[in-house]
Amino acid sequence: MAVVLCAAPLTPEAFKQSLGALRGRDPLIHYTVYRDGKKIDRPLGVTTQEEVKMKKTAFYGALAVAGLAASTASAATLDDVRERGVLNCGVTTGLVGFASPDANGVWDGFDVGVCRAVAAAVLGDPEAVEFVPTTGKTRFTALASGEIDMLARNTTWTFSRDVDLKFEFVGINYYDGQGFMVPRDLGVSSAKDLDGATVCIQTGTTTELNLADYFRANNISYEPVPIETNAEAQQQYLAGACDVYTTDASGLAATRASFENPGDHVLLPEIVSKEPLGPLVRHGDNDWGDIVRWTLNALIAAEELGVTSANIEELAAAPTGNPEVNRLLGTEGELGAMLGLEADWAKNAIAAGGNYGELFEKNIGENTPIGLARGLNAQWTDGGLLYSPPFR
Amino acid sequence: MSDTHAHSVAFVRTETLPQLPPPVGERGAVKWMRENLFSTIPNGILTLVALYVIYRFAAFALPWIANGIWNTDSLAECREVLDGTTGACFSVISERWNQLLFGFSYPSELYWRPALAFVLLFFAAAPVMFFDLPRKLLIFTALYPFIAFWLIWGGTILTPLFALVGIVVGYLVYSRYVRDSFAMGFFGGVLAALIFWWLSGYVTAALAPEEPFLEAVQSRDMGGFMLNMILGVVCVSLSLPLGIVLALGRQSSMPIIKWICVIFIEFIRGVPLITLLFVANVVLAYFLPPGTTFDLILRVIIMITMFSSAYIAEVIRGGLAALPKGQYEAADSLGLDYAQAMRLIILPQALKISIPGIVNVAVGLFKDTTLVSVISMFDLVGMIRGPILSSTDWNGVYWELFMAASVLFFVVCYGISQYSQWLERRLATDHR
Repeated sequence: MAVVLCAAPLTPEAFKQSLGALRGRDPLIHYTVYRDGKKIDRPLGVTTQEEVKMKKTAFYGALAVAGLAASTASAATLDDVRERGVLNCGVTTGLVGFASPDANGVWDGFDVGVCRAVAAAVLGDPEAVEFVPTTGKTRFTALASGEIDMLARNTTWTFSRDVDLKFEFVGINYYDGQGFMVPRDLGVSSAKDLDGATVCIQTGTTTELNLADYFRANNISYEPVPIETNAEAQQQYLAGACDVYTTDASGLAATRASFENPGDHVLLPEIVSKEPLGPLVRHGDNDWGDIVRWTLNALIAAEELGVTSANIEELAAAPTGNPEVNRLLGTEGELGAMLGLEADWAKNAIAAGGNYGELFEKNIGENTPIGLARGLNAQWTDGGLLYSPPFR
Repeated sequence: MSDTHAHSVAFVRTETLPQLPPPVGERGAVKWMRENLFSTIPNGILTLVALYVIYRFAAFALPWIANGIWNTDSLAECREVLDGTTGACFSVISERWNQLLFGFSYPSELYWRPALAFVLLFFAAAPVMFFDLPRKLLIFTALYPFIAFWLIWGGTILTPLFALVGIVVGYLVYSRYVRDSFAMGFFGGVLAALIFWWLSGYVTAALAPEEPFLEAVQSRDMGGFMLNMILGVVCVSLSLPLGIVLALGRQSSMPIIKWICVIFIEFIRGVPLITLLFVANVVLAYFLPPGTTFDLILRVIIMITMFSSAYIAEVIRGGLAALPKGQYEAADSLGLDYAQAMRLIILPQALKISIPGIVNVAVGLFKDTTLVSVISMFDLVGMIRGPILSSTDWNGVYWELFMAASVLFFVVCYGISQYSQWLERRLATDHR
């Protein structure tokens, strides 16, 4: 019960006011910043370690003044995000369908949808995200140094990244894998028919190794055509320098979508590697990891339970006949408080961009130019791998 | 005499013949072509081959450009309009033009601020570049960095104002103590300025209004060609004086100063720029306490300035070495001290010799600013490679975008090069 008392008044607004009252003057200094082309106010950023300490002291002091037991459940990252009023989310510098800013500078995409859901769950506002673009080289340092709170950047979950680099993958939002694209004229329907083919492949990647393994296991030969970037690969492949282009299946689909005649090329059914892509956070802050993990699970569970952005208001208005929907949307039980969030955290997360299926369809699904089928990314009930643990 | 002669021949022309035009083969276009294009058989063959290549290129490029589409919303739509005919999809440029210039997160209603700063740049640079202009205009040049900073970044005017006052304070302290000793004046001035800036930080924090006259824009929101211009202009203008100091330091007879300069120059020249940029972006984050915001653009400016000042120092050292020893001796024999000799005799000549080299470094530096795209800053190339090519609408448009980028860079670099040629002609008053 104490936890509930603690969580409810801890909205950013209430927090700012109590902090201001403690300091004996009106809230924190504000300055105006722009996010996604919209004007927002936010408190002056933390600049030095002393100030961090000072603010933390003030924060705990504010909690005491408000007559609340200091919440040991509130984790450092969650406090930082609330204090800042925005979530710093690391994304790619641009990947078709997954993250890219549009003509107005508003970020959109499948990975972006996860960031917005977490922001909505924590801060109640899907727009309260500062997108920090990272390259393949800078992404891990940005997360490790605390520049970003979470990374949603098409990152493959591997052993060494999880264990050695000290990150925590909170789940999988896209099951990718290496595939093959060939011109339709070639008349090939399976990767096993590719004996003696020339293959365009990016050098120095795991794709190169996977390809060698696969062809050797099937005892067929190939001739690699080394290329450096995806753009170069497109040119080489279209110019006929190679019969086959291989990279991650989602990348192949996006590449094919940019061709003048996408119908002239086919993706072969074989997927020769596992590339589970998911959001990740730093080691050592399990409470924050739980929030990101269960926000992702909430999106997946919402699709399974039939909760969509269209019917969520109706379902969340009053307890429904399905207890799991009630627990998810906060009309029953105290799941939000256990996370240190509002009761309607999952409702906000789902309302931000829709459930998992809606995000998929809107950004990379079959009606978009990228046109990816659900495949492995279907719910377990439909023969896919998406399987959210129960909300109980 | 003429009379006798008149009787001995049948006909004498009494008036001068009108001048005839030269034969067709010896005049106009035909002569020019014969002399320049077809003077020998190998030249003739080369001309024909070149003409064919130009024709093939033009036959492809001209319809492609002329047939270009400027007003569609996506690549698919553009291809639909083209319907199989050759044509460029310039609509990506018209749709994303502002993003190419200003990046994707600079607030669009504030575009006039960097644009105004860009226009003012010409007024600030003019008195430095053209010395016929009245010298009083240099006052504006001195104020320009602060005006431009305030326009582009916005926020409270106190920040640039205190920065300016700090420099003035430093100068006053310097001029008070420089009479006793140069070192005392110099370090005293630097110290005074630093103390002033440190104190003014608190004043700014206390006085800054909640709603400043110009809204603040974060450094991470800068992008596009604006970022290239900021980095290029700031780094060139900072690295020139720094390069002169390093070049003089390297020639110094004082061993510590000499070796500091030698090590700095050789170290920086031995390290690729991209490595320095990675240090600025990634490695520094590990050394700074978490939450510290040491502006990324500032870090990058420091790194690029260090890099180009080492190169400029070497160019100027070449100029200094090219001067005859007699010039140094003449300065000494006139009784000038080191500073006077350098300022009045040596540097004017050495810098004049170094102009082509300095311009070369400046143009190279300006183009090198596109390297910041690898540390996830969205300069012109970063905008193209990242957000624009990765949008679902424009994935796959390469030629049009990179052509636009090269046109923008060409205009600036060609302008710099033309100016340097004018400057060389202008300064070449003797010696030839």
